[in-house]
Amino acid sequence: MLHSLWRSPSHSLSLILALILSLPLAACAATGSATPTAPAPKASTTTTPTPAVSAKPATLRLATTTSTYDTGLLDYILPIFEKANNCKVDVVAVGTGQAIEIGRKGDADVLLVHARAQEDQFVADGFARQRFDVMYNDFVLVGPKEDPAGARGLPLARDAFKLIMDRQAIFVSRGDKSGTNTKELSIWSSIGVTPTKSFMWYNAIGQGMGDTLIFSNEQGAYTLSDRGTWLAMKDKLPNLTIIVGSNNLAENKDKALLNEYGVMAINPDKYPTVNFDLAMTFVNWLTSPETQKLIASFGVDKYGQPLFYASASK
Amino acid sequence: MTDIIGGFAQALRLILSGDPGLWQIIFLSLRVSGIALLLSSLLGVPFGAAVGLWRVPGQRLITLILYTGMGLPPVVVGLFVYILLSRSGPLGALGWLFTPKAMIVAQAIISLPLVAGLTMSAVQSVDPALRLQLRSLGATSRQEALAVLAEARIGVTTAIIAAFGSIISEVGAVMLVGGNIEGKTRVLTTAIVLETRQGEFAPAIALGIILLGLAFLANAALIRLQGK
Repeated sequence: MLHSLWRSPSHSLSLILALILSLPLAACAATGSATPTAPAPKASTTTTPTPAVSAKPATLRLATTTSTYDTGLLDYILPIFEKANNCKVDVVAVGTGQAIEIGRKGDADVLLVHARAQEDQFVADGFARQRFDVMYNDFVLVGPKEDPAGARGLPLARDAFKLIMDRQAIFVSRGDKSGTNTKELSIWSSIGVTPTKSFMWYNAIGQGMGDTLIFSNEQGAYTLSDRGTWLAMKDKLPNLTIIVGSNNLAENKDKALLNEYGVMAINPDKYPTVNFDLAMTFVNWLTSPETQKLIASFGVDKYGQPLFYASASK
Repeated sequence: MTDIIGGFAQALRLILSGDPGLWQIIFLSLRVSGIALLLSSLLGVPFGAAVGLWRVPGQRLITLILYTGMGLPPVVVGLFVYILLSRSGPLGALGWLFTPKAMIVAQAIISLPLVAGLTMSAVQSVDPALRLQLRSLGATSRQEALAVLAEARIGVTTAIIAAFGSIISEVGAVMLVGGNIEGKTRVLTTAIVLETRQGEFAPAIALGIILLGLAFLANAALIRLQGK
């Protein structure tokens, strides 16, 4: 018995280690990727050291809101930029609040977001030298088809918000400091309301636009959405309809529902590590007439209307 | 219900289609969690064994920390790693945030207490009479440790299995420090979150089924090693 004990440790433990080792190695081999993205297991001392960074195409890190990504806009336009500039754009799609925080910490090269006040503050704080208009669309108030608040067809979102509150109809808020959340709170404040937890009908769920629409669809609730995400997802939201905002931007009578997107390159004076040159190339490309035309054409074939309107042409 | 059935059908179709994007996501998931597990096992098994075998100073405190660490919320680990690796953080110069390296660091931290803590209890549950016998036969402390580890191998393997299961299925930390970048840091769990967010339930379920299948295969391999 003792005899086997002396032998087995190296045997079984090395088997376990071999298995653990084989997981990453197999994965590396199969992907065939040459990028040294992970610390190489110790066995590879004979292979060449880390290849020079210059051999790889440049990378631009873009922190943006979920709406530009989830609608498919970025997949539509970015390959053109990547090809023209021999680079790769890494998209981190989060809420505008988080995107701006990523920028403030210097963890992205460029931001594409939609919360004007926060953007102006960002520039004022010196994190970007300038903000550029890129595009706009509008917000819509969506809600259950039964419309328990009786707000359907009202021209102004603030009046609908008032009815929702008066009738205590269920309202869902992004609650995540996103551009949409910021707009929603500004509408509440325009009628002198600051939503709190004590409002039983008000639910701040702290999730992205898609999740919030799905939640509202399940709960039969009202929520504010950007029109792009709404159009892209409405087939999956059978219980919801537009309450305020009409069927397209031109018919939306509430100018307070305009949704502007801006682009900002992170200031290299704050963070010398950012790829400022490529970021500015991106800003110039995004606001160029050709790209603006491209943005305005996105989604027209599928939805019968643009999801975003060009706004950089001065 | 149709989503679930559709998910199964789509999972099959996805796997059979050999979609390169899907395989990249699968391999990245395995690579990140595999390397993280390797790191936490290389550190955690010897550490857990040492704490379990010998009287070390502050043993109670170490045990308490290990057991608490087993319940570490991944998102908190993610936040911690995020702040460390951010350009404006103490390790910002590495430039690891939003790369697989950051995800490996986070998952290694999440799995380390699991590996160490469960190894420790596996070693502690080995019959003390065995150690006495070993010593009386003149075993060095290294030989003794290896023999006890061998005796506790089922428990040690379980520790590694549990750690693998917890990190391959973890989403909070990798989403935060990886950023879910397509082709770079998107793994199965963050892809599931993305699909769900976009209301694409069927592909989300398909990815979930693939994730489960992977965990099943990995565990089957480990259980084989337990010799059962």
